[in-house]
Amino acid sequence: MSGEDLGAIWLTLKLATVVTLLLLLFCTPLAWWLARTRSAWKAPVGALVAMPLILPPTVIGFYLLLFMGPQGPLGQLSDWLGIGLLPFTFSGLVIASMVYSLPFVVQPLQTAFEQIGQRPLEVAATLRASPWDSFRHVVLPLARPGFFTASVLGFAHTVGEFGVVLMIGGSIPGQTKVISVQIYDHVEAMQYGSAHLLSAVLLAFSFVVLLLLHRYRKGHLHV
Amino acid sequence: MRFRLVATIAALLISSPARAEQLLVAVAANFAEPMREIAAQFERDSGHAVRLAFGATGKLYAQISNGAPYDVLLAADEITAEKLVEQQLALADTRFTYATGRLVLWSAQPARVDSAGKVLAEGDFRRLAIASPAAAPYGAAAMDVLEALGLQHLSERLVRGESITHAYQFVASGNAELGFVARSQVYRDGRWLSGSGWEVPAELHRPLHQQAVQLSRSRDNPAASALLDYLRQPQIRALIASYGYGVSP
Repeated sequence: MSGEDLGAIWLTLKLATVVTLLLLLFCTPLAWWLARTRSAWKAPVGALVAMPLILPPTVIGFYLLLFMGPQGPLGQLSDWLGIGLLPFTFSGLVIASMVYSLPFVVQPLQTAFEQIGQRPLEVAATLRASPWDSFRHVVLPLARPGFFTASVLGFAHTVGEFGVVLMIGGSIPGQTKVISVQIYDHVEAMQYGSAHLLSAVLLAFSFVVLLLLHRYRKGHLHV
Repeated sequence: MRFRLVATIAALLISSPARAEQLLVAVAANFAEPMREIAAQFERDSGHAVRLAFGATGKLYAQISNGAPYDVLLAADEITAEKLVEQQLALADTRFTYATGRLVLWSAQPARVDSAGKVLAEGDFRRLAIASPAAAPYGAAAMDVLEALGLQHLSERLVRGESITHAYQFVASGNAELGFVARSQVYRDGRWLSGSGWEVPAELHRPLHQQAVQLSRSRDNPAASALLDYLRQPQIRALIASYGYGVSP
């Protein structure tokens, strides 16, 4: 495996880790709100969150390219802040991947929160737990399987990302050239051997991830 | 009466109009615009039906080597057609140069690129878009230019599109200030369609002799040779030239 291949693997792991951590931070309050609210906004927000599930990644990538470009609102903001434009940068990829993997983190969390129900929180409240206390000591432990599933799915989905990165990445080694793009480049250049090797790595990775997820779920149900 | 009607419809369905053939043509991305126009005229003049598939030449080559059902390839270089002939995937005597491509340095902003391309050496830009050098001849030509000008250090600022169309999109959306694109994408009838550009002197890069070839699998498709003949017609050569290509006399 060439240095560039290893670089692509490292970059992909870095991207997926950063994206998963940021998504957990951002999605926990969002999923909590979605699980609890009776607001009329619940349905539209839920639909918006789920949209990356069905939109082709090229559509997301194309709009992000325009949105982050010099004429786009985010592009003008980032330029004004002195960060420069986001396409072709690692930060740009992080934002794009967060959009792309959003439903994979929100939905398991939301389901987990919904399953907890009102009762444990009411009990905690009668024991004079503050909302923050009951969130930390009641909700978080009870929702642990949801957090596990959300992290694994968010991470794995980001690793498998291709269309969005292709549209806004610009294929820069060490910055935006992730595994899937590296494989695509190998195939285009007819380096089928290298393409096989990297593809096998991804294949094994996704199998192990799904196996772990299955095992964990099963184990958890029996506990 | 009813029988006659059914028979007529059946006859119409079975005997498709005299010798009208289906053609699937693989076209190098830089030639997309002119080819759409040429294909429409060819369909009208010949009665054959043409479908076009666009992509980087390297990608089309990979598809053809793996059995893609194209009848004709319009590549962005000569090596690809030559390789296909060597592998007996294409017919040797059908190979010819239908256009000579021109590379330009282009920006979507007016007056950004000077007519001598000094903007490259001055370095007042963040991103320079090119097509993937591994898959697109225009990308490889762009790398030649950087080397010829001694500007290899700019490789840190390169962003690569998967084809010349993708590179153009990076520049047109303003995400890359500059990019090496095909003249046919930004130039019509002797002037820039928008933005500003530098016509890169042809001696700075490998020649972009774009060759067409008929693929072996469609040896017996008369529409394939008809299309190749059509590309040699004077009015079609004039059309190709109007997109900024060189055509041999």
